[in-house]
Amino acid sequence: MSDSARNAVLDSVRKALGRDCELDASIETALDGRLNDSGPHVLPVFDEPPLERFVDKLETVHATTVRVAGVADIAAAIDSYIGAHRLPTNIVVARSALLDNIDWPAAFHVEHRGATVDDVVSVTEALAGIAETGTLVCGSSESHPTSLNFLPENHVVVISESRLYKHMEEVWQELRRLPGGLPRAVNLITGPSKTADVEQTIQYGAHGPRRLHVIIIEQH
Amino acid sequence: MQSVAHEFKAHARRALQDTTLQHALARAKGGFIDQRRTAIEALPEFDELRACAKQIKNHTLAHLDYYLERYEAQVKADGGQVHWARGPEEARRIVIDICRAAGARRITKGKSMVGEEIAINPALEAAGFEAIETDLGEYIIQLAKEPPSHIIAPAVHKTRGEITELFYAHHRSHGINERVSDVASIVNEARSVLREAFVTADVGITGANFLVAQTGSSILVTNEGNGDLTCSLPRVHIVTASIEKVVPTLEDLAVFLRLLGRSATGQEMSSYTSIFTGPKRNADLDGPAEYHVVLLDHGRSAMLGNEFREMLRCIRCGACLNHCPVYGSIGGHSYGWVYSGPMGAVLTPLMVGLREAADLPNACTLNGRCQEVCPMGIPLPTMLRRLRMREFEQNLTGARSRWLLSIWAFLAKRPRLYQTLLRPFVRLLAIGSRGTRRSLPLARGWTQSRDFPTPQGRTFQSLYRARQRKQ
Ligand code: SF4
Repeated sequence: MSDSARNAVLDSVRKALGRDCELDASIETALDGRLNDSGPHVLPVFDEPPLERFVDKLETVHATTVRVAGVADIAAAIDSYIGAHRLPTNIVVARSALLDNIDWPAAFHVEHRGATVDDVVSVTEALAGIAETGTLVCGSSESHPTSLNFLPENHVVVISESRLYKHMEEVWQELRRLPGGLPRAVNLITGPSKTADVEQTIQYGAHGPRRLHVIIIEQH
Repeated sequence: MQSVAHEFKAHARRALQDTTLQHALARAKGGFIDQRRTAIEALPEFDELRACAKQIKNHTLAHLDYYLERYEAQVKADGGQVHWARGPEEARRIVIDICRAAGARRITKGKSMVGEEIAINPALEAAGFEAIETDLGEYIIQLAKEPPSHIIAPAVHKTRGEITELFYAHHRSHGINERVSDVASIVNEARSVLREAFVTADVGITGANFLVAQTGSSILVTNEGNGDLTCSLPRVHIVTASIEKVVPTLEDLAVFLRLLGRSATGQEMSSYTSIFTGPKRNADLDGPAEYHVVLLDHGRSAMLGNEFREMLRCIRCGACLNHCPVYGSIGGHSYGWVYSGPMGAVLTPLMVGLREAADLPNACTLNGRCQEVCPMGIPLPTMLRRLRMREFEQNLTGARSRWLLSIWAFLAKRPRLYQTLLRPFVRLLAIGSRGTRRSLPLARGWTQSRDFPTPQGRTFQSLYRARQRKQ
């Protein structure tokens, strides 16, 4: 890497700002303080309960949702989704304490790995959900490869109601608390893949999933 | 790309007569405007967010060196690499060196305006790599060998029929021998052709909508998911971004995310907003082994120090293009470089030179709609006026305009003479007209695509005088 380009750009920035040296120590301390401040700025207000809002927003962006009572009901929910769309029962599934506890029907062939172009259905668990916009938050890890979110035509996401937050700012706090800090990729997913590049007509399934199905485990 | 902004007038004239283009522009425009309005009306906090975003950007720009250094340190701490480029040439060399070192052959690309700015595709191809655009709009214009005509909808000028023919001509090598003409089939065909590219690429190059200093992350906002496939499947991920993209924290980012989608397409959130931080972690099953960021200056540090600093707040939402009557009439290609519409008319002269792009700041009616809709409150009309002043100072204004302006200035300073001379013309204009004129002698070029409003009743000055007398 050329240090001269780096210095030239930074020098030119400093010159533009009317400074020919590094920052004053006191200003630097103030800026450091701002960088560590995690207070939110403007949070849009809404009255609906987070779960209602979350479901509502997801459906507006063309996702489908189903609410179940507990982990024991997930397999049945996925089975009926697969049946309704006549999808294969070979599925790729991420690992998590919750997903590992699913008792899959005998007809299912479940694999835990990254997705390939031949996979049609993937199942993952979201780290969090954002009620404001109906957004799922998925983080990459050894148990949740990113390809599961993008390659298969059907992405099924499981989320517990307890993982729902009102705004993305609360999710940032959670992400910063993860062991190892931010994962390589944090995907905020709000609906299936789509494009309007041909005559402004919306078409789902541009490169990523055609369908996004969300299974919410309700809290009692 | 090489700028052809100096041919603006000829291109604009051709665009006005191109009926296919006029259809495409008319169709696109209404949609963007309505969707934006609906989304903004549904968010009472919009103005508050806008003020907040403006303040955050002003703060960041005022301490840009600090934030860039913090960003760089954080990327390194997460195992990534940062490269600095003064201009396009340097940026191209950095990208090509990374691709060579990686032993790459095939490269997939996500949409990146900085990538367009540094003309990375032709450079990669000249260096022997295969570079494939994966955003559907970018893919279409890559096949057509054209630059983007809109910053967020690069193929907005293309009709379905044109895309059908392009695919028919180019997809035969993929064993596809039939013409597809409905939207669903076109999208599906692109999907199947590009799938293979995603999984076989060695390097993925994307842009960034934002860079976050606090976490060393690059943020990518898309609807198709192509950007995520581009940077998660290949061994190497290169981000091309410009220095003003940095924001301090994730909390700051949240403010911009609430403005961007709504201003661009009327979406509260695009389908995918991804936060990338460093290369894959040791145990990860996918993700790139190398994560590079190329930070481009290209005139931005100069803008930081002059009267165009506010332009650096731009988040490339495209709202000013969608609301600009000039852009709406002539489309993006007329502007002759990668950026178009009001933001392009400001940026192009500052990046490729005022002499090259002298017509752009003049292609504006100063109606002010761009500034009204700009989520970052950028005073675009003021900037265009400043560029016009620079042109005048640098003697780039044509001899005839200068001559006419000096006559006008002479008369304007002598109101009585001004009126005496003007009165007969005003009367002549009003004869036999009902408010507008379709054509005017000596001004056909002007009236061909607009009507001229004719004088109604008395002049402002005589009304004013009468009023003064009454008081
Ligand atoms: S100038 Fe404003 S409206 Fe235009 S693209 Fe930039 S942010 Fe959007």
